Amino acid sequence: MIELSEEILLRMYYKMNQARFFEEKVDYLFSKGLVHGTAHLSIGQEASGVISCLALEKGDLVSMTHRGHAQAIGFGLDVNLMMAEFMGRARGYCKGKGGSMHIADVQNGNIGANGVVGGGFNLSCGAALTQKYKKTGKVVLCFAGDGATNQGSFHESLNLAAVWNLPIVFLIENNLYGMSSPISKNMNIENISERSGSYDIPGLTIDGNDPIEVYNTVLKALRYARAGRGPVLVEAKTYRYNGHSKGDAQVYRNEEEIAEWREKDPILRLKKYLQENRVFTDKQIQTMANEAHKSIETALKFAMESPEPEITSVLEDVYA
Amino acid sequence: MNTSEMKKMTYRDAIRLGMTEEMRRDDNVIFMGEDIGIYGGAFGVSHGMIDEFGEERILDTPISEATIVGTAVGAAATGLRPICEIMFMDFVTFAMDALVNQGAKMRYMFGGQSQVPMVLRLPAGSGTGAAAQHSQSLEAWLCHIPGLKVVTPSTPAQAKGLIKAAIRDNNPVCFIEHKLLYKIDDLVPLDEEFIIEIGKTLTERQGKDITIVTYGSLLLKAMEAAAFLAEEGIEVEILNPATLYPMDMKPIVESVIKTGRVIVAHEAAKTGGLGGEIVARIVESDAFDYLNAPIIRLAGLDVPIPYNKELEAACVPQKIDFIRAVHRLIDSEQG
Repeated sequence: MIELSEEILLRMYYKMNQARFFEEKVDYLFSKGLVHGTAHLSIGQEASGVISCLALEKGDLVSMTHRGHAQAIGFGLDVNLMMAEFMGRARGYCKGKGGSMHIADVQNGNIGANGVVGGGFNLSCGAALTQKYKKTGKVVLCFAGDGATNQGSFHESLNLAAVWNLPIVFLIENNLYGMSSPISKNMNIENISERSGSYDIPGLTIDGNDPIEVYNTVLKALRYARAGRGPVLVEAKTYRYNGHSKGDAQVYRNEEEIAEWREKDPILRLKKYLQENRVFTDKQIQTMANEAHKSIETALKFAMESPEPEITSVLEDVYA
Repeated sequence: MNTSEMKKMTYRDAIRLGMTEEMRRDDNVIFMGEDIGIYGGAFGVSHGMIDEFGEERILDTPISEATIVGTAVGAAATGLRPICEIMFMDFVTFAMDALVNQGAKMRYMFGGQSQVPMVLRLPAGSGTGAAAQHSQSLEAWLCHIPGLKVVTPSTPAQAKGLIKAAIRDNNPVCFIEHKLLYKIDDLVPLDEEFIIEIGKTLTERQGKDITIVTYGSLLLKAMEAAAFLAEEGIEVEILNPATLYPMDMKPIVESVIKTGRVIVAHEAAKTGGLGGEIVARIVESDAFDYLNAPIIRLAGLDVPIPYNKELEAACVPQKIDFIRAVHRLIDSEQG
């Protein structure tokens, strides 16, 4: 068990709340018809999304999924620029050309959210190859969902990463559904981590709603990869409370199931942990949540004040 | 070195020379593909490169085309300049997500914050008796994707100049090499700064009577036809859009304005082929008013490439088809 500092616990709590408030705001904006486009919410998955990134070292890289807001916030992206991008504004990360599904900060090692399920696996192999070739000592954290592990690219990439000994931690956020399809219907194994056996790499299944377990596991996996021992497959079992994307009536699951998972909410669990271990006072905990909430209100204001992109920008940046 | 020094070498050796020079020049250039190391690549293009650059830079991969290309995209976005060899262009089908949805779009969808400097080498074309899954010319698919560049050399000198330009380019460049050209030999500049600029249509032969626009291995057939026709007193102008996308139309339009007659030819299947696009651009341009005859497209038949030698040859335009097409256009005007 790794002892966690007050500082890291504070960051965990703050950033998980920030991710939750960010996505609640996104959901609200959609419900009011204030945004054109789409987004995929990961409310309920903040432990696997945010906390795994907090285990990264400076200079490590990340490849995110279409359900990537929590991952991005965990990695340290600016919520102002994220919100502006979500709203399609010129000051967003992608100047309004990418939207929620393509948020990226490439210069700082975030090689992007990916609109293609399974699209990030082999990009991560490439990013990891660069680290290995240039001997940077940095690791790539590659996010994917359960559904993506049925893509050929998952298997090809795990194989390549294994035989080339690439520094990658593949983190599968298993939220039990690929859009409407229960993952149990689309694979015959209980734990996705078993797939590591085919590539002779370590595979671990963890409680993806337990922030402390996520942190400790990912930290160990990153150390393993950083030591030049090759890739690791981590499966974090978790759950999304919202539908796949906007317009999902969620006919494929019932309220009881969602309620059961809400009992296991990762933010409430971390709060309980902080209270039980007397790390912070209740007042401090509340203040952190308030600060996180405030940052999202500021982000919305920033986004609303950001101009729309110039129409002429439509022709820019096709080629370098 | 005397910068004008030339050496006779094959198209295959010219590609290798271009890659080798660029790998010596820039440590960030790496090369990935199936059996490119000790085996030297399915067509011998990388023969011996592993001896100079070692396994760190000449990376033999598993048979995973999607991941070869995806890995190249990820490596390119993070600072390397990968070259990939896909053993046959036909297998680019496996790599389409990595190429089309990732590599081609990354810069644009991220608002210009990244670049993807990579080269995808694609041995293409028929004539080797390899049948339907190893003989295709799929360039039109690639030319449909903004964000990609597509080039195809027809001579050893072009092979060297274009592979070097492709490696130095900061975008994903698809480099289509025709398998029948590997053994062709001709003079190649030894100057290490010899580059053929991407985005230029090359004038291969000047003439005033008729324009032929063609590329790849068909260029050689068109040149032979033009030599034959010259003896009849017909002067053919031949333009080679060695960069297929984005295509430099200006010299083509100017040539058609001069000659008033044009044949557009490629080996790829006619329907949806690049010839349709070139013809459309001609008729949309000022050249329309100068056309003295209908435009002819010579293209591959709309069939998969068959195995039998005679059947295979029947699928793609030959020298005689160029000669007949030229006669038809000359006659149609006289009639």
